[in-house]
This record gives sequence, structure tokens and C-alpha cells, in this order.
Amino acid sequence: MFEGWDAVALARAQFAFTMSFHIIFPAFSIGLASYLAVLEGLWLITKREVFINLFNYWLKIFAVAFGMGVVSGIVMSYQFGTNWAAFADKTGPVIGPLMAYEVLTAFFLEAGFLGVMLFGLERVGPRLHFLATLMVAIGTLISAFWILSANSWMQTPTGHAINADGQFVAADWLKLIFNPSFPYRLVHMVLAAYLTTALVVGAVGAYHLLRDQHLAGARVMFSMAMWMATLVAPIQILAGDQHGLNTLEHQPTKIMAMEGHFVSHKDGAPLILFGWPNQTAGRIDYAIEIPKLGSVILKHSPDAPMAGLDTVPRENWPPVPITFWSFRIMVGLGFLMLGLGMLSLWLRWRGRLYHSPLLHRFAMVMGPAGFIAVLAGWITTETGRQPFTVYGLLRTADSVSPLAAPAVGSSLIAFIIVYFIVFIAGVVYLLRLMAQPPHPGEHGPSKDLPARAAGITPAAGTVAEGAR
Amino acid sequence: MSIAIDLATVWAFIIAFAVFVYVVMDGFDLGLGILFPFFPNKADRDVIMNSVAPVWDGNETWLVLGGGGMMAAFPLAYAVLMPALYTPMIVMLLGLVFRGVAFEFRWRTQKERNKWDVAFAGGSILAALAQGIALGAILQGVHVEGRHYAGGWWDWLTPFSILTGVSLVVGYALLGATWLVMKTEDSLRERAYHFSWILLIAMLVAIGAVSVATPFLHVQYIHRWFAWPNIILTAPVPIAVAAVTAMLLRALANKYDYQPFFLTLALFALSYAGLGISMYPYIVPQSITIWQAASPENSQVFMLFGVSILIPLILAYTAWAYWVFRGKVRHGAGYH
Repeated sequence: MFEGWDAVALARAQFAFTMSFHIIFPAFSIGLASYLAVLEGLWLITKREVFINLFNYWLKIFAVAFGMGVVSGIVMSYQFGTNWAAFADKTGPVIGPLMAYEVLTAFFLEAGFLGVMLFGLERVGPRLHFLATLMVAIGTLISAFWILSANSWMQTPTGHAINADGQFVAADWLKLIFNPSFPYRLVHMVLAAYLTTALVVGAVGAYHLLRDQHLAGARVMFSMAMWMATLVAPIQILAGDQHGLNTLEHQPTKIMAMEGHFVSHKDGAPLILFGWPNQTAGRIDYAIEIPKLGSVILKHSPDAPMAGLDTVPRENWPPVPITFWSFRIMVGLGFLMLGLGMLSLWLRWRGRLYHSPLLHRFAMVMGPAGFIAVLAGWITTETGRQPFTVYGLLRTADSVSPLAAPAVGSSLIAFIIVYFIVFIAGVVYLLRLMAQPPHPGEHGPSKDLPARAAGITPAAGTVAEGAR
Repeated sequence: MSIAIDLATVWAFIIAFAVFVYVVMDGFDLGLGILFPFFPNKADRDVIMNSVAPVWDGNETWLVLGGGGMMAAFPLAYAVLMPALYTPMIVMLLGLVFRGVAFEFRWRTQKERNKWDVAFAGGSILAALAQGIALGAILQGVHVEGRHYAGGWWDWLTPFSILTGVSLVVGYALLGATWLVMKTEDSLRERAYHFSWILLIAMLVAIGAVSVATPFLHVQYIHRWFAWPNIILTAPVPIAVAAVTAMLLRALANKYDYQPFFLTLALFALSYAGLGISMYPYIVPQSITIWQAASPENSQVFMLFGVSILIPLILAYTAWAYWVFRGKVRHGAGYH
């Protein structure tokens, strides 16, 4: 099997598949960990029971999602070596330390405090437990910091040199870490994670409000989620715009692919709304476009000239149809999120936030929108960087492991089978948890643990027993 | 130059430390998965799972540090070994996926709980076997040309790598059994004792077999262990193994709680030191030394700052998490 297949294409398919599967979970758990910290903090300050109920409700969901993120993340840390050995050899000295710092400052922090967060409330008391929750939340953000720095360096490499073995080496660590696209990507991704989580929380709240408009837990979570959508969706659109301008400066071919600009425009480029990119012919078929608007958005001037892909050698073109369409999916969903936020604000002002089935249905439909937008955004930025792994410097074809197609193809099939089993089961269990309304006296995952000899607080007896 | 040599050696010890911490920490929780088929009772299984539920994630993080750290500190070795160990690595990762999700999934379903129990056991066994096979494949050496792996994708499969694979399964199971001795009570603990005896004997056979077979892989291994004056430094290792074994037998005979687990850790440490003696200074045996594979000095120095501050911190809060969940895990009410 797979004899005569292209090993590079298979390796790319494998990375795209395992990465797409993985990113869903961190995108959710970055936002959810922060949400849990907010809920527990509100509980500690206000002592209102609804907050601890919601905390325990979402904690069970967090546990399932986080576990799936961990195991699919371990896969990613080894994929660089198994399928992209040449990349690992060449970029290891610069990317490796960033990932090592991610492990040391983030993964251990999350994992070390996760057990206490999930199972330890009765054991350590509310204050220490809140500290554990905060550590997990901070850990997810630190993790985003390092991995996005590494990814951004691959997009906009700076601060490096190349040694005699052909490896990238650091010339200036600060320039390397804070490379030009990093701040924009970090803001855009963290906001995306918060929005994604808000949409899931909002959808779950809406689902229960459709059944019972007076359910306290559902009201609180829905209201919080809608505030988040109202406030963050517009900020995210601005952040995305700034990110785009940054990309235009540092990765112009990616913007050409996103915009579908095959040809250069001397006096103002149009904004192509829709159309079918024809990569072979180098044009957009059936284009619906608004004249000059492309230059207005990207250059803030209707007549500003814009170069197209015709100025770039063909072997350096990214796959335009994928980049073009995934970008439109992301942007379209972003504006729907804005719409949800504005509608909820209007209905909140009219006092109908909890009584509008229309809004609740809209919020439910938007539940998965964050995940789709995150995936579409990552597909845009990653395929837009092609045909390079390190933009302009290291070609994807020169990054792969010296493996024959059958090896890569077989492992791809194994990943697809295993991930589908795990993903379907995981989603079913998550939806089952979400289908339960949040109860008064909601318990956390610690109730899954049998009672212990020591009882609620660890007693001296346990220690003496173990001292032998 | 001398500074570069020192750095590479320091990093070799750091990576070796991370891998060792991984081996013993995930070792016992993989061991629980390996033992799962022998504890068919649902209540026992709940206790076994709960004895590691709060810590397994942290245990596996050391594997990420081992892999990520190796890519950072010795990128050439990472780039050569991962394709050479392609199949065992993929199998290990898939095994870890199955067993990892089982920790949460089995609480979320009544109907399919048995399936996730099978996934937990099967995933643990596969991951342990694959890790042992990878170890054997590294020891026997891989085919390198230039900066690339140049062998096929089944080169790792030899009688020796199968031997190391099975040995590691046995060793992890012993760690798991002695962990249960420490963390459980009554009939569950009795059965764990019983398995500890069998597994200890099996592990001693495995250590013996690997020790005898290793020198036949490369003449350099014989020199390393038996040539004068190396033997002054290497002879204490088997002597210490004998001493720890005697203490372990005594601890098991006296039915101690904590000693069997920690003495098994000591046995692992000695076996691990033996591997280190065989391999040093190669990171890909007989082809690539730690100095050839090392990252540039500024990469290693940059990370050394982080490691020297963060590893002690990590060990401290990890110890705290273990302390919070110390003591025996009981059968009992309270869960759904």
C-alpha cells in the first residue's frame, strides 16, 4: 500500500490531521481554564452557591477535554522527529528551546496543579484550591505564549543565523522570540480561545434556557458568555485586521493568496468577496468583487498599487484555493459572532436576554463556530506559508524525514482510525455532560474518587501508617 | 572548546534525568495498566485508577520534556533516532492516547466502561512494549549516513529489541504492583504482593538476559564494562543490583508498605546507570556522540538558565501534589 505515493504529501496530511485534531482542545481549554478561575474567584468573593455549582459543572467537562488535549499534544511533540526529521535537525537549536521552555514553564505547571484542581478541593481547602486553578489557567496562557512564538518564528523568522551544518542558530534570542508576527498572533489566538469557549458556554446555557428560562445556573453562564461575545468579538475583528496588515508587511504572498490576488493592480486592487481560485490558470473564476476596496482595507487608500502572485515565481505560490476559502470561512464566522454579541446586547437592554428563544437558538447554532473559525484561521496561516516550513528559508519538501511513503501512509491511517474513535467517544461524553442542567449542589470530578482513610483533611494517621 | 564539552555532558545528564523520571513515574502508572487484566473486579479497578488519576498527567509531561529537550539540546540525535524508531514511536503514541483518555472516559459511561478498561490495559501494554523495543533498537545502533537515518522502517525489529521490550513491560508491571502494595489495602494489596513476587523474579531474569546479550551487540560494550581500569567503576553496579535485590526480597517477605516500591525504583536506577555506562558518550550508539549532536552553545546555555531554576520548582510542586493525595486509596462509597 502507498507505493508510488508522495511521501511529502502524506507527511503533510498527517501533520495537518493530527494538528487540527489537537488544536481544538487547547483552544477550548485555554478559555475554559480562565473561565473556571473566574467562576471560583467569584464564588470565593460573593459566596453565591451558583458560582461553585457552575465551577463544578464545567470542571467535569474541562477534565475530559483537557485529557484529550494532553494525549494529542504528546503526539505533536514527537511528530517533529518522526515525520519532519530534517526540519528538527535544522531548526532544533532555535525552535527546540522555545518548546522546552513551554514544557518547563507551562505543561508542568498545568499538569502539576491539575490533580489538585480536579480532585483536591476537600483536601486542600478553597484558598489553596483557587491557587491551583489559577496555576492551571496561567499555565495554559504561558503555553500559548511559547508555542505561538515558535510558530511565529516559522512565519516571520528573525534573530537567527545559519551555521556550517546548515542549522538555524540563535543570534539574538529576544528578536527571535519576539519576532514581528508574534504579538499579533498571540493576541489573535488567545482572543480566539476565549471566544470559542464563550460560544460553547453560551450554547450550553441557551440549550438549558430553552427548556427552563428560570434555571439560575443557565442564566448566569449564558449572561457571562454573551458579555464575552459582545465585548471580545469586535476586539477580535480589530486584532485580526492588525494581524492582516502585519502579514502584508512580512508575508505578502500569503495575503495575495488570502485575497485571491493573482494579478497585480497598479491603481487600486478590488476586494474579491467570492469566487473560485484557479491555481493553474492563475485567475479567480466567477469572481464577485468590489473595486478598490482591497486597497482601502490593506493600504488605507483606494488607488494604492498592490502586487499580485504574478510577481512571485510559481514554485513559491501557496495553494491559493485552500488559503482563500479558509480565510473567508474564518472572517464570515467572526462577523456572525459579532452579530450574536450585538443581538444579545440589544435584547439584554430590552430585558429579554433570558426570554428570547430566537437568541437562544442562534447561540446554540453558534456553539461550534469558534472551533471552526480557529481551524479555518490556522489553515489560512499555515497553508499561506507554503511551500515553506520556515518562510522563505526552508522548503517543506526539504524538511521531511527520510521515510518511504508506505511508512508515512500506514501511520496516517492508524492516526485517523484511533483519533476518530477517541474523538467520537469524547464528543459524545462531553455532549452528555453538557446535556445535564447545572444542579444546585453540583459535585466535581472528585466524587469519582472513593473516600480515603484520611477523610476530608489529611490526618496524621496516614503519615504514621506510611512511615514504615 | 572545553566549555562546549562540559555543556554537552551537562545536557546529556539533564536529558537522561528527564527520561529516567519519566520511566519511573509513568512506569508505575503504565504498570497499573499492564496489571489491569489481572484485576477483573470493578471495585478494584476503580481504586487502581484513582490511585494515579491525580498525577498521571504530570508523569507523562516528563516524556514531553525528554522529547522536546532532546530536540533542543541534541537536534541531530532527535532527527536521526525518531525516523529510525518510527514504528515503535507511533505505536507508543497511539497506546498513550488510548490509555490517557481512558482515565476520564471510563467514568463517563456505564455501558462502555469495559471497552475503556481494555483500552487502558491495551494502550499501557503497547506503550511499554514500544518503549522497551525503542531502547533495544537504540542500543543495537542505527544506520546513519551524513546527518540522516539511512535504514529501513523495520530495522528496529530484532530478537534483542523484543527482549528489551518484554523486559520493560515486566519492569513497569513490577513498579505498578509495588505501587499498589503501597497505596491499597486488604485483598487488593494481597494480590499485589503476590504479583510483586512473580514479577520480581521475572525482572531479575530480564536484567540478567539483557546484561548478557548487550555485550554481544558491539565489541565496544565489552571494553567499556570489562577492560582495565573501567572495571573498577563498573563492577559496583552488579554488586549493588545484588544488594538491592536482597533488600527487596526481605521487604516483600516482611510485607512492608513503602519499601518494595522504592527498592524497585532503586533497581530501575541501577539498570539505567548500567545503560548509561554502555552508551556514554554516544547518543546514537557507535555513530553520533553527544558532542556531535549538541546544539550550539547559546541554545544550550539559554535553556540551562531555565532548567536550573525551573526543574527544582517543578519537583517541589510535583512532590506537593503527591503529598496532597498521599496515603491509602480505599474502596468506598461517594462516587456515582
